Amino acid sequence: MIAARTIGKVFSQQHIAFAGRRAPVDAVSFATKAAASLPDLPYDYGALEPIISAEIMKIHHQKHHQAYVNNFNIAQEKYLDAEAKGDISTMVSLQGAIKFNGGGHVNHSIFWTNLAPPTCGGGEAPTGDLSHAINSEFGSLQAFQDKFSAVTAAVQGSGWGWLGYDKAAKKLAIATCANQDPLSITGLVPLLGIDVWEHAYYLQYKNMRPDYLKAIWKVVNWRNVAERYAAAKS
Amino acid sequence: MAFVSGAVAVAGSHIASSSTAASCASHPAFFAQKSVAFREYAGFKPVTSFNRVAKFAASRNAVKFVAPATPAVTRCAFDLPPLPFEKTALEPYYSSNTLDFHYGKHHQAYVTNLNKLVPGTEFEGKSLEEIVKLSAGKNPAVFNNAAQIYNHTFFWSSMKPNGGGQPTGALLDKIVQTFGSFENFKTEFKTAAVTQFGSGWAWLVKEKDSLKIVKTLNAETPITTAAVPLITVDVWEHAYYLDYQNRRPDYVDTFLNNLVNWDFAAANFAK
Repeated sequence: MIAARTIGKVFSQQHIAFAGRRAPVDAVSFATKAAASLPDLPYDYGALEPIISAEIMKIHHQKHHQAYVNNFNIAQEKYLDAEAKGDISTMVSLQGAIKFNGGGHVNHSIFWTNLAPPTCGGGEAPTGDLSHAINSEFGSLQAFQDKFSAVTAAVQGSGWGWLGYDKAAKKLAIATCANQDPLSITGLVPLLGIDVWEHAYYLQYKNMRPDYLKAIWKVVNWRNVAERYAAAKS
Repeated sequence: MAFVSGAVAVAGSHIASSSTAASCASHPAFFAQKSVAFREYAGFKPVTSFNRVAKFAASRNAVKFVAPATPAVTRCAFDLPPLPFEKTALEPYYSSNTLDFHYGKHHQAYVTNLNKLVPGTEFEGKSLEEIVKLSAGKNPAVFNNAAQIYNHTFFWSSMKPNGGGQPTGALLDKIVQTFGSFENFKTEFKTAAVTQFGSGWAWLVKEKDSLKIVKTLNAETPITTAAVPLITVDVWEHAYYLDYQNRRPDYVDTFLNNLVNWDFAAANFAK
């Protein structure tokens, strides 16, 4: 089951789809005046071991993602207040905080659903339409993974690697974004995102970002990616 | 070399000496020299953090200030400069475990990468600072590595065992004059460090007659401007994650209270 809600005016083009074989996770809603909230992980903190440690998952979710949620809510409240007063200067000055923290919230919300333990399909190769599209665009799944890993490993500083869907060209594309810029600013629809901020892997992989990017394919939830792909094409 | 620190000045000496090796080939006694320290000084061995110079500097419990070697020689390759303190000397505030990765892997990788990128290019034969300035905005691969070598070397010198406290004399006066009080300076410096989104650095710099706090993204560095850096703190996550995890504010507090090397800042301020 895909649950998708149209987001409020700040991220009006962003759809977040959640699906899981366990209890459904509530879709995140950015209705104009509703506060953002931290979504639950669709699995236990230790479920992705040994690929991603429980320690990393816990800090990543409870500290980093939570901070983006909290700081987005603070910025959004100030923004709405300034908007109500017609204080455009303040509205503009808050754009940075909204982008950083809102982007962080959007990106991580997608990320948790892009991963799954092997018992829930993590690492199982895609099939059907998505598989055809990957082979058509990149040659093979392995070729796609190699290219994605290489491009994402080369991100300078903090950022994300993405598999996105180009609606205009009707094809898949690999892209990277700096910091917490959401993929939507490139015009692509996010399908699969891999976080390469050092906090995503450092406690376990240290400086070996390429090792993290090689291992993570074992827990990529291709069923979720396929659902996002189907939604993006429709 | 513009550094006033034992660490990079020694590296400068390495570079200068290694390039005169050809002229030393006719002196067998030179190669017969058994002293490890001398061989390292002459650039015949890769520099590590555990060499005798670093231990000597650490034993003095202060950064050893050594005048840079005479320049104007062709550089063969860049060395990883030695840490200006023992690996364990900053504990418990900055662990030797972190230094194993931060210095031994990250900083080393920038040196290794730059040495692969420079030969046969316009950057060959230039000093590190020259390469940083020449490549800025033009050659991202060279810039990212060269600037990060510079930034990290500057960062090690910005810390010392039993650091923290306050500067004295002209630098303290200037800080108070600029920021209102030393406490206000710390607050503003911490704010810059904590609000540098993603990876980057926070700096105290001198620009003409003023002091400023600046923050830079990723590899960016104030030496591409007219500013003279005084101290820096690394806020890439790899700099603090093993010891502080997500708690960047705690890390920056500890840097200011227990690690910052005001002697180094004062020497840079006096330039």
